[in-house]
Amino acid sequence: MKTKHLILIILSTFTWLGLQAQTKMVFIKGGTFVPLYGTDSLPVKINDLYMDVYPVTNMQYLAFVKQHQKWQKNKVLRIFADQNYLMGWLNDTTLANNMNRMSPVTNISWYAAKAYCDCLDKRLPTVDEWEYVGMANDSIPDARLLKNYNTYILAWYEKPRSYKNTIGSTFKNYYGVYDMHGLVWEWTSDFNSILISGESRKDVDNDKNLFCGSGAVGANDLMDYAAFMRYALRGSLKANYAMRNLGFRCVSDVK
Amino acid sequence: MKTTIKILSLLFIFLIISSCSTDNQLVENDIYTCPMQCEGDKTYSSPGHCPVCEMNLTQPVAKVLYDETDLLSENSIFNLTSKWQTQNKETITLKDLKGKPLVVVMIYTTCKAACPRLVADVRNIEKTLIAEDIKDVKYIFVSIDPETDTPEQLKAFAVENVMDDENHVFLHGSVDDVREFSNVLAVKYKEISPLDFSHSNIISVFNPGGELINQVEGLGMDQTATINAIKSITTH
Repeated sequence: MKTKHLILIILSTFTWLGLQAQTKMVFIKGGTFVPLYGTDSLPVKINDLYMDVYPVTNMQYLAFVKQHQKWQKNKVLRIFADQNYLMGWLNDTTLANNMNRMSPVTNISWYAAKAYCDCLDKRLPTVDEWEYVGMANDSIPDARLLKNYNTYILAWYEKPRSYKNTIGSTFKNYYGVYDMHGLVWEWTSDFNSILISGESRKDVDNDKNLFCGSGAVGANDLMDYAAFMRYALRGSLKANYAMRNLGFRCVSDVK
Repeated sequence: MKTTIKILSLLFIFLIISSCSTDNQLVENDIYTCPMQCEGDKTYSSPGHCPVCEMNLTQPVAKVLYDETDLLSENSIFNLTSKWQTQNKETITLKDLKGKPLVVVMIYTTCKAACPRLVADVRNIEKTLIAEDIKDVKYIFVSIDPETDTPEQLKAFAVENVMDDENHVFLHGSVDDVREFSNVLAVKYKEISPLDFSHSNIISVFNPGGELINQVEGLGMDQTATINAIKSITTH
């Protein structure tokens, strides 16, 4: 009888810890690649890391704000999140009836996403890390030159309201990561390293008065239109913006 | 069986408590008013619609003139809790800068192109203000290159630029905190190579309560707006 109890305790503890750890993570073998926007088209080195298999869901974020009042819809400070933050939630701790608990959480600011990852002892991926994992299709780590890979992503850009879909509803990529494309856009830790100004006319002549050294940082392959869209979005964001098709996932370093 | 349940619940409670660090409670500011003032000065404690005209209730815009209380505005940079080191190796939080208008720029000391011009722009602003007898302003230089710009390096830079006094504060922070701070200023930057960064050149003005009241982007720009912004909060 005693052993039975013990097993019960251990089992339930593990189940609970499993919930606590929330999202499964997978190992991403590091390497080098040339990002669309880099420095003089030089390869960037990516260290080994773990990445969340799915974007953070409404349900997970709800559990987070229940513990951290500071990040509740009506309590968050404006400097950390604009008025669109958690738009649609009924109140501080209730999702709207029509919201899918297993959809990616959106209308999230950068500060909020960062706080969530910090809380779990994780962090947001860098732009380079995200792009490194995002260039994989279901079978190879770098599918950027494949026509159907780019067509798939561009077709998603035209689909409305994909943020309402359930996590895991898009393809599983080479690393075992889901939903890098086809569900929501995602925050990155250094999104503000994208020096594209809002106005395309300024982009073309590399306005040196706005950006010191901007001539050195430019697009590597403009054919990669899908990636260009992601960089353009990052370039237009501010950290307290909350958008309904912008979510996030976390990563952690390999210690 | 009862003991099992007890043990289980104890375990659960322990796990819940140990799961995440607790929040510091921040100042709340839950006042909403009707933009049309249908019911006069009446305020509401939660967002929603005005019962009379049904317009969305809004939160009153923070006054530009600084209110000498301890309450921080929601938009104040003093809500950031990051720790910084000055050129004199003092550890401070941004809140320690409260009480004076702040002129803030982000630089790195090994910068050859834009930063010297940005520093020159700040110097010109200071000159103009001093000529008008406005001396109670702090000039904050935040380094975007924490690795190179140690407090010692910042000290040397301050001395070299004849800015090593209490009105000029050079800040060194962690990579993460610098990234967060740049986000508050909407400054963008990227490391091009060690010792060289690409970054946007923005001069920001904060009121003594830490609210951003003006930004001018670009080098060698007309800084009249910056100067007027500071004047608006120093002359009563």
